[in-house]
Amino acid sequence: MSQATQTPPSATPPGQSAGPAAGPDLLYGEDETDLRGAVRSLLEDRAQWRDVLARTETGQTYDTGLWRTLAAEVGCAGLLVPESQGGAGASYREAAVVAEELGRAAAAVPFLGSAVVATTALLAAGHDELLAEVASGMVTAALAVPFAVGGFATAPFATGSGSRQVPTVRLDGGGAGDAAGTYRLTGSVAGVADALTADVLLVPADGVPYGLYAVRADEARMTRTPVVSLDMTRQLCDLTLDNVPARRVAVGDGAAQAVAAALTAGAGILASEQLGIADRCLELTVAYVKERRQFARPIGSFQAIKHRLADLWVAVIQARAAARYAANCLATGDPDTLVAVALAKATCSDVAVKAGQETVQLHGGIGFTWEHPAHLYLKRAKADSIGFGTADAHRASLAELADLPPAGADGA
Amino acid sequence: MLTGDPAGGARGSSPGASTEVTAGDLRGQVREFLAAHDPAQPDRLEFLRARFDAGLAWVHYPAGLGGQGLSRSLQPVVDDEFAAAGAPGNRPERNGIGLGMAAPTILAYGSAEQEERWLRPLWTGEEVWCQLFSEPGAGSDLAGLATRAVRDGDDWVVNGQKVWTSSAHIASRALLVTRTDPAVPKHKGMTYFAVDMRAPGVEVRPLRQITGEAEFNEVFLTDVRIPDADRIGEVGQGWQVSNATLMNERVSIGGGAAAREGGMIGQAARTWREHPELRTPGLHDRILRLWTEAEVARLAGSRLRQQLAVGQPGPEGSAAKLVFARLNQDITEFEVELAGADGLRYADWSLRRPETTNFYGRESGYRFLRSKGNSIEGGTSEILRNIIAERVLGLPTEVRVDKDVPWKDLPR
Repeated sequence: MSQATQTPPSATPPGQSAGPAAGPDLLYGEDETDLRGAVRSLLEDRAQWRDVLARTETGQTYDTGLWRTLAAEVGCAGLLVPESQGGAGASYREAAVVAEELGRAAAAVPFLGSAVVATTALLAAGHDELLAEVASGMVTAALAVPFAVGGFATAPFATGSGSRQVPTVRLDGGGAGDAAGTYRLTGSVAGVADALTADVLLVPADGVPYGLYAVRADEARMTRTPVVSLDMTRQLCDLTLDNVPARRVAVGDGAAQAVAAALTAGAGILASEQLGIADRCLELTVAYVKERRQFARPIGSFQAIKHRLADLWVAVIQARAAARYAANCLATGDPDTLVAVALAKATCSDVAVKAGQETVQLHGGIGFTWEHPAHLYLKRAKADSIGFGTADAHRASLAELADLPPAGADGA
Repeated sequence: MLTGDPAGGARGSSPGASTEVTAGDLRGQVREFLAAHDPAQPDRLEFLRARFDAGLAWVHYPAGLGGQGLSRSLQPVVDDEFAAAGAPGNRPERNGIGLGMAAPTILAYGSAEQEERWLRPLWTGEEVWCQLFSEPGAGSDLAGLATRAVRDGDDWVVNGQKVWTSSAHIASRALLVTRTDPAVPKHKGMTYFAVDMRAPGVEVRPLRQITGEAEFNEVFLTDVRIPDADRIGEVGQGWQVSNATLMNERVSIGGGAAAREGGMIGQAARTWREHPELRTPGLHDRILRLWTEAEVARLAGSRLRQQLAVGQPGPEGSAAKLVFARLNQDITEFEVELAGADGLRYADWSLRRPETTNFYGRESGYRFLRSKGNSIEGGTSEILRNIIAERVLGLPTEVRVDKDVPWKDLPR
């Protein structure tokens, strides 16, 4: 097939505005490509899959050393935070590129939990002091919600009822703080991501009224029990709080909005991580079927395999468009953000799991072994597909957002 | 052919040229043109010819051939300005093959004299083009074609049968690929021509399809004389020229739909909203999945156009056609089921001869049937998967038994 006539001349450098009729920028800008390069080379150096796999069987499943370098030296902890508040002054577009790379490596660092989810909550709540610490990479934070957070289906990311379903922690002593502004929290939260190595936990708690509280992770009356997780590259933990001292970060609608914004951003950026997983799985599998020979020919010459990989390539292209759109909407505060995030999470969840499954199947026996990285990706993809709302939950959000009501609605 | 975008336009724009002419400059040019040429004048062809000569037809085409060598992304500026003035258009929907496939092929492989002679009447719509490629014995295996062209003085004499020719009954010219040397392997013995559809020996017969109508035709060529001056490309170069045409066909077929719900999904979504009594839980899940896929496919199309506009060559075009075909089929299948009792009715099975393909304004049953062609026309989905696997992913080719054998010795 002649490609010659398909290549239009370069008129504008990549990443610049694509012209008057272009709409939202779905490409990667130069800064984003540079950041990707920096993150990828660090991960190639420090997070080869054998290192990642070995770490899952130790008592320290998060790579805190790698996270320190990524957070503070590369500057990934403060991407979302304005420079005036101690951050890098970038946006969700850059954060999405970092997430793609972390997905490609299945790297065990709490970027999503600290630099995206908790940071978004702190930005929304306007908690400058803690924000600056988290942005610098000195402090790692996590939002104390289940990774398998619900509430997306009935009231997608909305303030009020949706996020009010989140807290399973309550405020002690009738909700009043003491003279020093210290509150007390009691309760438990199961299956929290990126919290095992966090220094500060942001805990949504019911009380009068609903609020968001900061709890130091080393408080004596708080326990973090590691969970043997489906995905040990993002190990979950169960939190228990027993009259634990806490500072108030936000209260009432402000708290509800901060939690809703954090969950929306978490789902949107997780979609880019899923894209990274799918992209890497496709790459690994294409390389393998070119090398692996059976019946005296590379197995990649069989149509049964070619067509599956062509379909996967098409799926990755769709996932990339959806993930970029979500990142761009988050970055620009677009009114279509909720639709974009639901589209991206619904799409990328399915594509990443599909990619993980195809990687196992098309590698044959070796793909089923512990000694091959396929299982790391399959497990991460499957866990990610549940994290911050399943594909089904996000499609259910779209029923409301896109005005496609269920059977029985409209009085039918 | 479903869109009339002049999708080729590879040559002509010189790098950097587009930075010199802005959208504002172009608007100024259109206004000047309109001041000198009354858009309300009765002779629309005269107006269109003048527009072509002013370089305001397709701005990404070369100067002197209806364009100015600008970025393709500036075309909507010009189109919008003419549309706002109520100027007559060139009815691109009647000449999709001409604009989308013939023009870029002529630009890539035609001589300067041919460009001069053919492009203007093509763009104005004076000459509608069709494509004489497929034969009863050469569908997916186009290179196996048997229509013979034999040199006779300054002419070639052509005999054979072509099939699946849309627009043949309104076309005045056709792209034709023939066998000129049966003694060499099949890809090497082909030659490409433009043929006058009114020449003696060209007979067009309607080919009725599963919708009841006849968009397509069979074309019988009996001792048709074509001057050598109408050969496109070198003798024996027909396969390369054909591929340029086909790549543009796939871009054209996969393009389109710029607004949310602008494509086939819009019909289904409107029916869903207007008829609560038709809804069931199972259909609700399906429409949410389809809406999500359609919206993501639309975003992927936007991303592809942005890549083209900034000169990033994107093989994603072939993905677009695959997705478009599958989605159209899934959505229309859903539509017929959603329609229930009405889905059992069909407006008209009589043999009609439409000038354009229009999915809209007809019942769901028509769309259901017509969309079955989407995964066959312009390259079957299976052939497209082979192309993606081999040319994009670089997988090894099939073991071939027909590549190095003279065409005349192949079993058929």
